[in-house]
Amino acid sequence: MTMSPPLFEYLLRLGDDRLVLGHRLSEWCGHGPILEEDIATANLALDLLGQATLFLRLAGQVEGAGRDEDALAYWRDETGFRNLQLVELPRGDFGFTTMRQFLFDAWSYHLLEALSRSEHAELAAIAAKAQKENRYHLRHSSEWVLRLGDGTGESRARMQAALDELWPWTGEFWYQDAVDASLRAEGIAPDLEPLRAPWEAMANDVITRATLTVPGGPMRMTGGRAGRHTEHLGHLLAEMQIVARSHPGGKW
Amino acid sequence: MTAPRSDQWPLWEVFTQPPGGEPHQHAGSVHAPDAEMALQNARDTYARRGEAVSIWVVPSSAITASSPEDSGPFFDPGNDKPYRHPQFYKVPRGGSSE
Repeated sequence: MTMSPPLFEYLLRLGDDRLVLGHRLSEWCGHGPILEEDIATANLALDLLGQATLFLRLAGQVEGAGRDEDALAYWRDETGFRNLQLVELPRGDFGFTTMRQFLFDAWSYHLLEALSRSEHAELAAIAAKAQKENRYHLRHSSEWVLRLGDGTGESRARMQAALDELWPWTGEFWYQDAVDASLRAEGIAPDLEPLRAPWEAMANDVITRATLTVPGGPMRMTGGRAGRHTEHLGHLLAEMQIVARSHPGGKW
Repeated sequence: MTAPRSDQWPLWEVFTQPPGGEPHQHAGSVHAPDAEMALQNARDTYARRGEAVSIWVVPSSAITASSPEDSGPFFDPGNDKPYRHPQFYKVPRGGSSE
């Protein structure tokens, strides 16, 4: 599938998840439902952008081809991105954004916890730093899921609709291939499978208390880790990359 | 009295304690549906850059404030009565007694 070194690929996955999700959150800036939440959402976006910066910078160093985090963020095309399809879906209404954030934060919580024990010291340090922020993100998104799910008739209906739409995309959380296998063997990356039950327990606890129901039915196809994306990523990148590409090397 | 606007959440006053152990100080206010969200909004608005080690939030409606008309009787207690001001004693904590 790929000739890139496994660690480079792996770091792109970690960085791209956060870069793309951070961009989606940043779209709320100036459009939040209330001033305080507008600020909170922008803060979450900045945290994710900061985490993406660290993962992509390390990816560039591992690759050793002279690409820094900006080159990786702004000069790759759709097929070069390795993020989960879940994070590239349009932001939807505030309920959709909140539900996605919760599902991702809970997954990220377990992943970062495991990654902070990686044999790769720098990766472990970045994961530990990101986990500090992620704990707060998870608290924020959980509290919102509880309030909107167990809220008014309309907020509950919107949250259930968001969950029905998003849940099938969470199958990709557990996608693993030769990249993971090779890094697992070196103790750099964790096996994702044992994280699945704790994640489901965490998600179910909040979802149940929010009086919502996890939908049945099949999971979606995966592909993000191999560069196969929904129609939405291209549009997102067009907006995210236009300034950097119009003014290469520009500073302000 | 003006009724609260129905499209706004209740207002909360935020008190933050700076690192170093000084007492909590009034930082400002936030809107929030309940106390937990008020804490989170306060954190995002007033304490995101390490300005605080502790936050208190209290419903603004729980605070009773003195009014400007009180300023004379409340705060101007007669500086011509020095026996009201115990500045003859050493102050045991919090800076100089001079």
